[in-house]
Amino acid sequence: MKKYNTLFAIPYFIWLVLFVIAPVILIFGYSFLDSQGHFTLANYATYFASGKYLMMTFNSVWYAFLITLVTLIVSYPTAYFLTKLKHRDLWLLLIILPTWINMLLKAYAFIGIFGLHGSINHFLQFFGLAPHQFLFTDVGFMVVAMYIQLPFMIIPIFNGLEELDNSLIRASRDLGANAWQTFTKVIFPLSLEGVKSGVQAVFIPSLSFFMITRLIGGNRVITLGTAIEEHFLVTQNWGMGSTIGVVLIIAMFIVMALTSERKKGGKR
Amino acid sequence: MKQPIISFKHVVKCYDDDVPVLKDITFDIEEGKFYTLLGPSGCGKTTILRMIAGFSEPTKGDIFFEGQRINEVPANKRQVNTVFQDYALFPHMNVYDNIAFGLKIKKMPRDVIDQKVKEALKMVQLAGYEKRGINEMSGGQRQRVAIARAIVNEPKVLLLDEPLSALDHKLRLAMQYELRELQQRLGITFIFVTHDQEEALAMSDEIFVLDNGNIVQTGSPVDIYDEPINHYVADFIGESNIIEGIMLRDNLVKFAGKEFECVDEGIRENEPVEVVLRPEDLDLTDVDHGKLKVTVDTVLFRGVHYEIICHDEVQNEWMVHTTKKAEPGSLIGLYFDPEDIHVMRFNESEAEFDARLDSYEG
Repeated sequence: MKKYNTLFAIPYFIWLVLFVIAPVILIFGYSFLDSQGHFTLANYATYFASGKYLMMTFNSVWYAFLITLVTLIVSYPTAYFLTKLKHRDLWLLLIILPTWINMLLKAYAFIGIFGLHGSINHFLQFFGLAPHQFLFTDVGFMVVAMYIQLPFMIIPIFNGLEELDNSLIRASRDLGANAWQTFTKVIFPLSLEGVKSGVQAVFIPSLSFFMITRLIGGNRVITLGTAIEEHFLVTQNWGMGSTIGVVLIIAMFIVMALTSERKKGGKR
Repeated sequence: MKQPIISFKHVVKCYDDDVPVLKDITFDIEEGKFYTLLGPSGCGKTTILRMIAGFSEPTKGDIFFEGQRINEVPANKRQVNTVFQDYALFPHMNVYDNIAFGLKIKKMPRDVIDQKVKEALKMVQLAGYEKRGINEMSGGQRQRVAIARAIVNEPKVLLLDEPLSALDHKLRLAMQYELRELQQRLGITFIFVTHDQEEALAMSDEIFVLDNGNIVQTGSPVDIYDEPINHYVADFIGESNIIEGIMLRDNLVKFAGKEFECVDEGIRENEPVEVVLRPEDLDLTDVDHGKLKVTVDTVLFRGVHYEIICHDEVQNEWMVHTTKKAEPGSLIGLYFDPEDIHVMRFNESEAEFDARLDSYEG
């Protein structure tokens, strides 16, 4: 029986080795090679020495942070009110629905919406306002990024709140806490696990956005994701691209470590 | 009479579907007593508790706390605390923080909180458990933490929502003693909700028996056990033999084809009634000395007693609890005293019942 179980795991294992472990090893390997294929530390030296790359890293982290923060601020109340709704399954479906559509399609849709001749400007013109450029701006980039990431923040927070035992809220009220105290002392701390998973699910992918930085941000927002794409596809400097990739992977692990710290209190 | 601490006046509660869960409930709760709301699930007992706690508002009628109408007062502004059925302890806090929760909300000074939490823990025999996580505690210990968390706030009334139902039998018995003792020591009013009649009989000063949104009988455990108002109460509280009969006149009732002397009065002559005889009030004797002649069907050993099921000459079934043994199939006599017979009228209201009892017992 046990033998069969291992057999079942083989397809996944092959997938894991081919598409997860091998690429990571390759990236690490390439990051120590120069364009002639010789071992070198120059890529890392370039990365740390040139302000350009550090600036890019900072940009990536900064934008990912902003995207995460704003999605969190929007998502938490949304998730909270979702738990209070009657037809919450329907509402939940409406929130999940956009995630089933290809990200590229959504980005193109936004080009249509944001463009100089797009829906928003039509709307503004209707009120006699001058057309405004939304495409290729920081704000445009942020809005689309948030739109794409929002469901990934709402769902884990919603699940966390949904699991929360109603009698705990009653107990808090019973012990004299008003609605706000109940929220800060009981509801929010107990939904923190959901918030953390949401932050992970949004922050980490946001670090390596490149498609929408190009399509919506018009390459005005240069992140690590964009830099990797440039190095691999345009300048063909695989070594440098890999180095940035390694930096990104490390950044992801740091975020994972920060957001999945040991559970406090009674939970062991 | 002293002003009651809690009064319900014609309280009706309907949920969405318009079927009332509580139908015109009126009662008074006096200070310093142990009350039990007893009834099967769905009888409305938890709804009453929630209304006292402030989690539910009456559809009609008024609730008074020390003479003040409190229908719309939110839960956090009431001087009552609740011990919840599933304890509802905060999983993200340790024992100390759970118990200190209410005191911290009241912004008490730290040293006062410290001292009160220590006292409360001592009271529930958990001294030294301050730093424990809730998940590290057993069911019985959590139960005690929940009690400590409520009483540390010195409520005027403590509400207990089936707090013992999740504990095993032995622990439940132990907690019954502890709760009763705690109530007497603190002197505060306890309102205890349960479906377990043994719990109710063991702990209460006063029991409210509920059925289907009505309070059917109010009284001390002894009153309710010895003089149940109707079939429902007799059947729900304790084991009983309930036999149909006819009240011939005061102090004389006919059932099982025979006439028996009894101590019930104030019932119309020849009125059809039901007669209750508790299994432990029936004694086994030989056929000649028995008031009833019965054939033994089954004998079950229950530990402290035998439970004997038998039938009389007109096929009424009788349950007897006795320490004497009997052989299945044998013919035996059942003996009982006039006081052991309790006669119940059909559809008698509690007011009528009480008035009738007062008229000849008073």
